[in-house]
Amino acid sequence: MNYVWAFVAGGLICVVGQLFIDYTKLSPARILTGYVVAGVILSAVGLYKPLVDFAGAGASVPLLGFGHLLAQGVQNAVDECGLPGAFTGGLTAASGGIAASLIFGVLAALVGKSKDQN
Amino acid sequence: MKLDPKQYDEMVNRASPPSPVVRDCVWAFCVGGAICTLGEGLRQLFLIWYDKTLAGTLTSIALIFLAAVFTLPGWYQKLAAKAGAGTLVPITGFANSVVSPAIEFKAEGWVTGVGAKIFGIAGPVIAFGTLASFVWGVIYWLLGKVG
Amino acid sequence: MIRKGDTLLFDAPPTVAAWAAAGGKKESEGPLASAFDFVTQDAGFGEQGCENWEQAESILQRKAAELCLRKADTPRTKVDIVFAGDLQAQCTASNYTMRELGVPFAGVYGACSTMAETLGLAAAFAASGMAERAMALTSSHFCAAERQFRTPLEYGAKRTPTAQWTATAAGACLVRAHGGQGVPVLSVTFGRVQDFEVHDINNMGAAMMPAAASTLLRYFAATNTRPQDFDAIFTGDLGEVGSALLREQMAKEGVPLDNHQDCGCLLYDTQGQNVQAGGSGAGCSAAVLCCKILPMLAAGQLRRVLFMATGALMSQTTFLQGESIPGIAHCVELGGAV
Repeated sequence: MNYVWAFVAGGLICVVGQLFIDYTKLSPARILTGYVVAGVILSAVGLYKPLVDFAGAGASVPLLGFGHLLAQGVQNAVDECGLPGAFTGGLTAASGGIAASLIFGVLAALVGKSKDQN
Repeated sequence: MKLDPKQYDEMVNRASPPSPVVRDCVWAFCVGGAICTLGEGLRQLFLIWYDKTLAGTLTSIALIFLAAVFTLPGWYQKLAAKAGAGTLVPITGFANSVVSPAIEFKAEGWVTGVGAKIFGIAGPVIAFGTLASFVWGVIYWLLGKVG
Repeated sequence: MIRKGDTLLFDAPPTVAAWAAAGGKKESEGPLASAFDFVTQDAGFGEQGCENWEQAESILQRKAAELCLRKADTPRTKVDIVFAGDLQAQCTASNYTMRELGVPFAGVYGACSTMAETLGLAAAFAASGMAERAMALTSSHFCAAERQFRTPLEYGAKRTPTAQWTATAAGACLVRAHGGQGVPVLSVTFGRVQDFEVHDINNMGAAMMPAAASTLLRYFAATNTRPQDFDAIFTGDLGEVGSALLREQMAKEGVPLDNHQDCGCLLYDTQGQNVQAGGSGAGCSAAVLCCKILPMLAAGQLRRVLFMATGALMSQTTFLQGESIPGIAHCVELGGAV
């Protein structure tokens, strides 16, 4: 069942993004930025964690989940060390994803080459 | 000319073919769902050895790695041309937006090209995500003080 | 040479003595494939040691220029001036091409209207006796344009149905003063910038249509002609959306266009080649001019046509600053071969 809900939840979150693309003039970059900020807000008001518990990767893999990660990270850090945690918590929690993108990106640049889209 | 901007706006809207929304959404649902299901599979695999947090991080890293591998030969771009938000919204889309400028701007040098442009598209996501998390962190801290 | 309204009419018309077109892979799979003088399956020219897309565009442009000179049997030393342009910032594709050719050079930027603009300038120079031989040269390259104006080539994004595909193509025309063989340039009309507040960067055809209509109307009024006086009226790169809008607007003006064709819809098979609303880019109208329009005029299949290329004159910066997209259209009247 885990897999079915991951598929459905993940698919639906993407459909919402597609509706933004088709019905508004928002560029992909704005939609992604909006998703992350929305993820932080949804997580802050306590709505996102239940979805992650229910749908697993279906909720954590879309960029809303990245926002959730940032919000959870900042909460944990504030719990641990107070106000300074507001500075460190978000990026600490997100560091794995950001660093992985950076590292694999540079490796790809090392071996790859820009290609025509034919 | 018998034309004014307001009138023309309506004319353009009438003449421009709309996006095939249903087809776009079916693609987005299937491809986005499939990427998340793959993520769930990886997560279950990592959960055998690691705790929930670490398994989540490793899942992200594995998906990012796969996105980079698919970006290199241009496959991710080809899939995205059909899947739209299905490939944009998952973390793999974030990875693609970091890997593709890295490859593209190698021609302008490692520091001034790759280094400077690598977060050209993903940068705003990180910037506003971090800002939002900081704001939430401060609110959360204040709530703790009050409560 | 006389001027009527915005139109320059040549009583001793200069002629397009030779022309050549070069294209990439997608262009070599389109309806005009066999008419190209040169096509490559590797638009990056990797085998020739080319390292980036900007350089590749220069190579493509140089191919067109050299082939044109060879067809005219004219050494480059006999060319008095080259008007050239492209889509890259600071027109670098043309600058680096001209570094190799070593001919007097005036760089021109007219976005996708550049072919008509350079051809018009070359014809005006040749008609006024300021040049015996003048060349008009333009190019665009999908990859160079994509990485400059949009996103990296490997970035995954869906194109909207109104978007147009930048052609990887170059075209060159050698214009000679009156008296030689070739296709005569009868008149030139340089357009005025029109802006009807279109902001959608994925709908260039709509942004450029008012400029096309305005130049056409000025031309018809100045020369006292009607669309029926021409075998065909070719617009450059309005695509399917812009073309439909142009026909609608012209009908509204009481000058219906029944013989209109658009270069963006001629270079590619818009249904089968996944180019959305059609082709665009300075090389698109250049390639259609050199692969279809000029050969048909030379063969007597057409006797009098209008070639009007349109350009969208925004930049990435003005777009991000929220400016609307100004359009321009330049019109060149071509006659049957002499």
